[in-house]
Amino acid sequence: MSASAQVAENNVNEEQQEFLTFVLGEENYALDIMTVKEIRGYENVTKIANAPDYIKGVLNLRGDIVPIIDLRIKFQVGQATYDEFTIVIMLMIGERVVGIVVDEVSDVIKVNDTDIKPPPEFGVAFDSAYLHGLTTVNEQMIILVNIQKLISSDELGLFDPSTTAEHE
Amino acid sequence: MSIDMSQFFGVFFEESQEHLDEMEHLLMELSLDDPDKEDLNSIFRAAHSIKGGSGVFGFDALTGLTHVMENILDLARQDELVITKVIVDQLLITVDTLKSILDCYQNEQDINWEVIETGTVALEQLLKPTDEHPSETSKSDNEEIDGFGMFDNPVTNEDEEFGFFEPLEQQTEEKAYGIYAEEDKRKQEADATQASTPEQSVDDSFGFFDDEPRADKVIPASIAQDKSSAAPQKVSAQPTPKRASIPAQANKKAAATKTKSDTKESGSIRVDTMKIDSLVNLVGELVITQSMIKIVGKEVHGETEEKLEGAIGELSRNIREIQEAVMSMRMLPMSFAFNRFPRVVRDLADKLGKEVNLVIEGGATEIDKGMIEKLVDPLTHLIRNSVDHGIEMPEQRQAAGKIPAGTVILNAEQRGGSIIISITDDGAGLNREKILEKAISNGLDVAPDIKDSAIWNLIFEPGFSTAEAVTDVSGRGVGMDVVRRNIESIGGAVEIESHQGVGSVFKIRLPLTLAIVDGMCVSVGKQTYVVPLTNIIESMQPTTEQLKTLANDQVLWVRGEYWPLVKLHQLMGIENAKTDISDAIVVLVETSRKRFGILVDDLEGQQQVVIKSLEQHYKRVHGVAGATIMGDGSVAMILDIESIATEVKAPSKQEVQNVS
Repeated sequence: MSASAQVAENNVNEEQQEFLTFVLGEENYALDIMTVKEIRGYENVTKIANAPDYIKGVLNLRGDIVPIIDLRIKFQVGQATYDEFTIVIMLMIGERVVGIVVDEVSDVIKVNDTDIKPPPEFGVAFDSAYLHGLTTVNEQMIILVNIQKLISSDELGLFDPSTTAEHE
Repeated sequence: MSIDMSQFFGVFFEESQEHLDEMEHLLMELSLDDPDKEDLNSIFRAAHSIKGGSGVFGFDALTGLTHVMENILDLARQDELVITKVIVDQLLITVDTLKSILDCYQNEQDINWEVIETGTVALEQLLKPTDEHPSETSKSDNEEIDGFGMFDNPVTNEDEEFGFFEPLEQQTEEKAYGIYAEEDKRKQEADATQASTPEQSVDDSFGFFDDEPRADKVIPASIAQDKSSAAPQKVSAQPTPKRASIPAQANKKAAATKTKSDTKESGSIRVDTMKIDSLVNLVGELVITQSMIKIVGKEVHGETEEKLEGAIGELSRNIREIQEAVMSMRMLPMSFAFNRFPRVVRDLADKLGKEVNLVIEGGATEIDKGMIEKLVDPLTHLIRNSVDHGIEMPEQRQAAGKIPAGTVILNAEQRGGSIIISITDDGAGLNREKILEKAISNGLDVAPDIKDSAIWNLIFEPGFSTAEAVTDVSGRGVGMDVVRRNIESIGGAVEIESHQGVGSVFKIRLPLTLAIVDGMCVSVGKQTYVVPLTNIIESMQPTTEQLKTLANDQVLWVRGEYWPLVKLHQLMGIENAKTDISDAIVVLVETSRKRFGILVDDLEGQQQVVIKSLEQHYKRVHGVAGATIMGDGSVAMILDIESIATEVKAPSKQEVQNVS
C-alpha cells in the first residue's frame, strides 16, 4: 500500500465509523459494527432460574453457553414476539459473547463523527448514558447506542459486579 | 531489537517449579552414607538452571540463593564436602524458600529479602567448617557472580526499552547484590566485559535460553584470570556442561548428561493447557454435531439410508477415539501429587518424634490435571492426619506388639470410570468412644448404638477434632470438613474404614475427569436439568400417603425418615410443570450436610455430560453448577445440589441427624 493510500485510509477511519442499524418497535437504532460477532435467527433458549424477564435464557453458540437478552422487554418498546423473522445479534463485549433480540436488522451505515448529534435527555427508551448520540440517514433519525456500556452496565446485571470492571 | 521478555516468564516459572520439585525429590532420596553421584549432579543442574534463568530475567532474589546452593552441591559431588542430614535439611529449607520467592515473582508480590539473606547465611555456614581454602572459595564466588552480572547487564542497560523491567530493577537491584560486598566492583568489571561484547550478542541474549553460550563467553575469561587455583576453575566451568568447547575438566559425565537430557526433551513438548482445553471443547462440539447428523439421517430413506448409517457409525467411532485421545492429553500421573508427600511425612515424623515409612503405590495412575491441583490440599491433610493421629509413638507401638516404625501407604488405582486413592495407616485406628463423646458434647444428636461407618463420618462434621491437644500439626477441628468439601467439589467422595489397634483407611473415590460428569437427566416443564449421579441416592414415584405436611412445608416419609422436598419447578420458576406430587417423580439426593428430595416431572435417562461454564459469558446462577449441551444442541443446566441444600429447611432436628 502506498503512503498516500494509507494516509487516506487513516483519514477515513478517523472521521467515519460503521454502524449496524436495527429496529426496536418503531425506533431505529444502531450499534458499533465492530462489536458484532454474527447475526442469526432466534431459536429456543434454555431458561435461567430467577433471572429478570428480559434475560431470555442461554443458548449454545458452537459450544459456548451464551446469554440472550431481549432489549424490547428491557426498554418496553414494541411487542416481544418470537417468530422466524426475529433476529438475534451476537455481540462480543470484551471476552464475552452476548446475544440481543431485536425486531429487525436493516443496514450498515457509515457515519461521520461530525454528523453525530448529542443525545437528548429524554424521549428515547435508553438512558442517555448508554447513547453515543443521534444521526440522520435518509431523513430518518437513528439512535446510536453505546452497546458496550449498555451490556456491561449494572442495570442489565448480566455480569457479576466484580467482572464488569474489566470492560470499562 | 526489543522483545517483551515477559512472554518467557511463564515458561521460566513452570520450568523452575519443576526443577525445584525435582531437587526436593532427589534430596529426599539421597542416601547419606553413599550419595549417588548422578543424583548430586542432577540436583546441581537443577539449581544451576534456575540460577541461569533467573539471571537472564533479572529475578535476582533467586540468583543469590541458588548460587550458594550450587557451591555446596558442587563441593559435594567432588567429594570435598560430606553430605550430612544437616546439609540436606538446610538444602530442603532453601528449596522451600526458593519456591516462595518464585511464587512472589509470579504473583508480582514484594520479596522478603530478610528470608533470603538468612537463608544464604545459613547455607554459607555449611560451607565454612569443611572449607580448607576460604579465600579461594570466596574468590570463585566473585567470579561466578561476574558471570552473572553479565547475564543481568543487558537487561539493566536496556532498561528503557524494556519498560516492563524498570520497576523491578529499581526496586531490587541494590538489595539483590547487597549480600555481596563487592557489588560495585563487580558491576564495573561486568560493564567492562559488556562493552567489549559485540552488539549482536546483546540482541541474541533476548532469544530464549541463550544463556549457555553467553556464559561461555564469560567463563573462559575468568579462567584466564585465575589459572592458578584449580578449585574455582572447576566451579566456573561447571555451569556449561552442554558446551563442546569446555576445557579439559568437562568430563565424560557432562557429555553423558547431554545425551540424556536431549532424548528426554524430544519425547514431549510443552503445550499450554488452554490449547488442550479448546481442543476438548471442539471435540465436544463434534460429538454434538454428529448426533445432529444422526437425527437428520433418520429422515433419509432407501438405499442412501444404509450408506449414510454406515458412514455415521464410522464417524462416531472416530470421534470417540479423538475424544479419548484429547482427554488423555489432560491426564497426568498421580505421582505429580504424590511426590511431595515423602517430604511432608519426613518433616512431620521428625517433628513428632515418630518413625513413619511412607509407601507410595500406583503413582503412574493417570488423572485429570485440574483434579491433581485440587487434590493436593485434601491429600496433604489426610496424610498429616494419619501420621499425627493414626501412627502411635514408637514406645506405644512396641507395647502393642507392633514394630516401632509405622507405615502409611498411599495408593492410587483406576477402577472402571473412577480413580480410587487410599491412605492406609497401621496405627491405632479411630476411637469410637472418643468420637461419640465428642459428638455428644458438640450437641450432635447421636444414638449410642450407631453403626461404626456412621461414627467415622462424624469426623467430617465442622468443628470436630478428637485430638487431646491442639498442636500446630492438627487438631484444631478445621480440616476434615474442608477435606470432604474439597473432594466433593471435584465430584468425589470419601469413605473411612477403621479398626481399633489395627489402623485406618481413608478412601477417596474420584471421577476420571473434571470436564465430564455422570448425570441423570430430568425434565421439568419443557426444560431439562442434569442431576449429578454422585448426589443421587434413588428416584421414586411417591404416593399420597407418603406425603406429610409439616409447618406448611411438604415432606416425604420414606423408610422411617422425613425428607424435605424441593420442588424444582418452584426453585427454577418453570411453568407447566406437574403439580400433582403423586404423578411426579422424586429424586432423593444427599450432600455432605443434608438429604432431601427433588420433585421433577420425569426422568429422561442417565448420560455423561460435558460441563460448560456459565460464568464465561454470563454470571453464576444460584443452584446451578454449570450447563451442558445435549445431543440435540440445546442447553441443559446442571444442578448444584450442594448449593440447593443451603435453601432446604430442615423439617425437624431428627431428620438432619438421621445419617445412616
